[in-house]
Amino acid sequence: MTEHDITLTVNGTDHELTVEPRTLLVHALRDELGYTGTNVGCESSLCGACTVHLDDDAVKSCTVLAVQADGSTIETVEGLAEDGQFHPIQDGFQAEHGLQCGYCTPGMMMAATDLLEENPDPSREEIREGLEGNLCRCTGYQNIVNAVENAAETMGSGAVADGGCTADGSAGSCCGSGEDEVRWPGDGGDAE
Amino acid sequence: MSIESVDPDEVDAADILGSAIERREDPALVTGDAEYTDDIQLQEMAHMAILRSQYGHARIEDIDTSDAETMDGVVAVYTHDDLHRDDTPSGGSYSLPVGWLLDSLRQVDHPILADDRVRYQGDAIAVVVAEDRYVAHDAVDAIDVDYERLDAVTDPADAIGDDAPQLHDDADGNVAFDWEIGDAERTDQAFESAAHTASIELENQLLIPNAMEPRAAVADYSPGTNELDVFMTSQNPHLHRLLMSGVIGHPEHKLRIKAPEVGGGFGSKIHHYADEALVAWVAKDLERPVKWTATRTETYKTDAQGRGHVTTAALAMDEDGTIVGLRVDTEANLGAYLSTFAPAVPTYLYGTLLSGQYDIPAIHCSVTGAFTNVPPVDAYRGAGRPEASFVIERLAKLGAEEMGMDPAEFRRQNFVPEDGFPYETQVAVVYDSGDYEKALDRALEMVDYDSFRERQEQARADGRYLGIGFSCYIEACGLAPSELAGQLGAQAGLWESSLVRFHPSGTVTAYCGTSGHGQGHATTYAQIVANELGIPYDDVEVVEGDTDEIPQGMGTYGSRSAAVGGSSLVKSSEKLVEKAREIAAHQLEADPADIEFEGGEFHVAGAPDRSIGIKAVAQQSYLAHDIPDDMEPGLEATSFYDPENFVFPFGTHVAVVEVDPESGEIDFEQYVAVDDVGNQINPKIVEGQIHGGVAQGIGQALYEGAEYDENAQLVTGSMQDYAVPKAMHIPDMETGSTVTESPHNPLGVKGVGEAGTIAAPQAVVNAVTDALEPFGVDHVEMPMTAERVWTAAGEQATTDGGTDETAADDGGEQ
Ligand code: FES
Ligand code: FES
Repeated sequence: MTEHDITLTVNGTDHELTVEPRTLLVHALRDELGYTGTNVGCESSLCGACTVHLDDDAVKSCTVLAVQADGSTIETVEGLAEDGQFHPIQDGFQAEHGLQCGYCTPGMMMAATDLLEENPDPSREEIREGLEGNLCRCTGYQNIVNAVENAAETMGSGAVADGGCTADGSAGSCCGSGEDEVRWPGDGGDAE
Repeated sequence: MSIESVDPDEVDAADILGSAIERREDPALVTGDAEYTDDIQLQEMAHMAILRSQYGHARIEDIDTSDAETMDGVVAVYTHDDLHRDDTPSGGSYSLPVGWLLDSLRQVDHPILADDRVRYQGDAIAVVVAEDRYVAHDAVDAIDVDYERLDAVTDPADAIGDDAPQLHDDADGNVAFDWEIGDAERTDQAFESAAHTASIELENQLLIPNAMEPRAAVADYSPGTNELDVFMTSQNPHLHRLLMSGVIGHPEHKLRIKAPEVGGGFGSKIHHYADEALVAWVAKDLERPVKWTATRTETYKTDAQGRGHVTTAALAMDEDGTIVGLRVDTEANLGAYLSTFAPAVPTYLYGTLLSGQYDIPAIHCSVTGAFTNVPPVDAYRGAGRPEASFVIERLAKLGAEEMGMDPAEFRRQNFVPEDGFPYETQVAVVYDSGDYEKALDRALEMVDYDSFRERQEQARADGRYLGIGFSCYIEACGLAPSELAGQLGAQAGLWESSLVRFHPSGTVTAYCGTSGHGQGHATTYAQIVANELGIPYDDVEVVEGDTDEIPQGMGTYGSRSAAVGGSSLVKSSEKLVEKAREIAAHQLEADPADIEFEGGEFHVAGAPDRSIGIKAVAQQSYLAHDIPDDMEPGLEATSFYDPENFVFPFGTHVAVVEVDPESGEIDFEQYVAVDDVGNQINPKIVEGQIHGGVAQGIGQALYEGAEYDENAQLVTGSMQDYAVPKAMHIPDMETGSTVTESPHNPLGVKGVGEAGTIAAPQAVVNAVTDALEPFGVDHVEMPMTAERVWTAAGEQATTDGGTDETAADDGGEQ
């Protein structure tokens, strides 16, 4: 089978790799590059476990071919925390007990951060609808909704405390709050 | 009103047990650091894929693997004959064992690779090992199998009928067993003398567990030492080690099973499947590491499914509504072969729970287990207990209706009274403790039941149909004791083992034979041990899920971990403290009987100044310069804790729904869960378990079900067709709790993992049928799809004319 040389920038680190045309992005990330934080639940775009950000949009990496992602910027769960500081969505999931086995969690958090980027102050209903592409079998979702609300609050209150939020065109709105500065993935974090 | 979690650093050491502290598992999970089986990469690792039967029932005429064998990157291809060739590395049985025997059980051969016949779609026929997972799957596709398709049967009642195709030579009429419990004669008499009866025919549909992480295994063999390491998605590594050792013929002490992070199980990762045995055998045969990871399609076709009952049941009552008898006949689907604990689920885990929360003087239950052409059926979250609870709680609703009584009051009248414990049922179990009215009252208060009927009336007048459904459930957890389980047919003990080890520097590692997969054991067990030893929570590390690290264990299933595993940790800690007390006494020059232990300090009774901390004692135990004569150095203790009885959690769940008879749609107005799981080690984790369980129960009530066509082909073979509930399908739940300690274990805990799943289905079905009462609907089969609800409302309205004119008009339009 013909192979292709591609480049992917994952969590701020450039990688060159050779893949078959049929290699799924999720397998390239996990098996070739070792970003195993992204999980595979169905390989058919129905469960959301494999959700990552591809050029700042949440996508299911089991439905994207690695060659299609050539030259793209990808953020995975490994890129959420920065300088040892959790992203508010990670804090939210921990504080609200939004995970049990944790298998859906990376995908949930990547979907949720994308959701919050589009709608920084969602209602519970909107969160539930926004997460319709992500399945969780353990939590019954209630604490996941709480986790997303919790993150929205932290990010929102950061904006208030800071007297405003600086919109960053490429990475969406970014809310920082002094020492607890929170940066969106894509702001140049290190790879794992 | 959710419980707030707290930072462990903000909790007083004395309050660590019972605090809703945040889980220590989470940081690794939210950063992607946690390692699941499929994350493991070993040097030179090959990938295995499995060719599975495409038919539900067929004879294999020929298997041609030649194309697959010559493909680039293919390392090996194996079929049934290869396992039995002369130079195989070991002499295994290559057949999967049954872990629970019944007197009437007909055991059938369950080869790990099919011989000449396949009995369900998904039965393993051949395996391919290749350099890469894609090539392995390509090569599977390149194998040619000639099948002669045979007639298939999927319904247990049909399977035991005269015309059904026969699945096994050793099981005439597809009957795996006939089993009964209770007193048939007394039950007949109760029904003869009863003033009222209520009866029902119902199905408890087959469910597919759908843990989000598919099953997977990585095996690594060292020829030099004959050590075989298997990393796998396991709920019970020691049990898997024992079973696998026999199946592939590898000595148990040279086999290591390790469950890394496990992405949910719900029962599906208890059992020993062909797949994991094959990975281990193949790795040994090839002398190189091999990984297999199921695709989601494979999990749909091969994970042991749950439930699958067809039941006829009736309740007998006297003139004032007191229950006098219960009769239940069930045909249980066992699938194509007997899975590990399959015979126990529809018998001892089902029949024994049929008394529910009620004092029923005469019960009889008979169960026929049937072989069918679906995957093996075994424990799925709740395992037998949801099926039992569903039967009795559906009957409780119908019984109340028959009596013209309020459904809550009907239940209250028949409850085992608060002072009736321990209570021996007519179906062979003794309930440990309970206060059923208290939980019911709390739930009634939370749903404001006093005003509900008025609202319902008002809504009906406006053409809206509200319904309320009760589920006063009971479950049995922490199955025990081992001797009893043995008498009933268990081929394993039901104790739990642990080891608590103090290190010389004062920290502790606690090893436990349970194996969590999302339940937060590392947190709750550390709470238990820190509390017992009086040391900081952060100084306790918990290790589970690895047969090389943990001496023995039975694993996590049946909500046994807190009650049995947690209690074992208490016992080990107590033994450790006793040894420490002797060292303290020696050093304080006092009699051990005069040494008191509190908050991590040993002191001489009446002389609090003469004291020594347990950490200092630990250090002294390893220095061994000044310990009692004849005492061995070191400070650790092991226990094998065998509980004296099951524990029986209970509670009342209430669903309030609105049903649109015109569309069949169901909306939740409220879902209230009041659970009594005994003492709560970590209320936040308890609440999370309830949420998750209820979601799966609502899934069963409204969405989920494995469906097969007449050829036993799975129709619901993907997440597209099998409706795993999504976030918008599950309502916010209100949880409440009462606490009735179990008198049997040192923690006073019961169990919580399955409670929600056991409680929810009948709460929802009872609510929907309550809403549709004006249409004369008394039962809707699960899953209550919009079509089923709409049809039920319409049928009753058109055939009976309904019991209420508005309803008949509304529902009758089709
Ligand atoms: S693995 Fe990609 S959506 Fe399920
Ligand atoms: S936490 Fe287990 S699947 Fe979501």
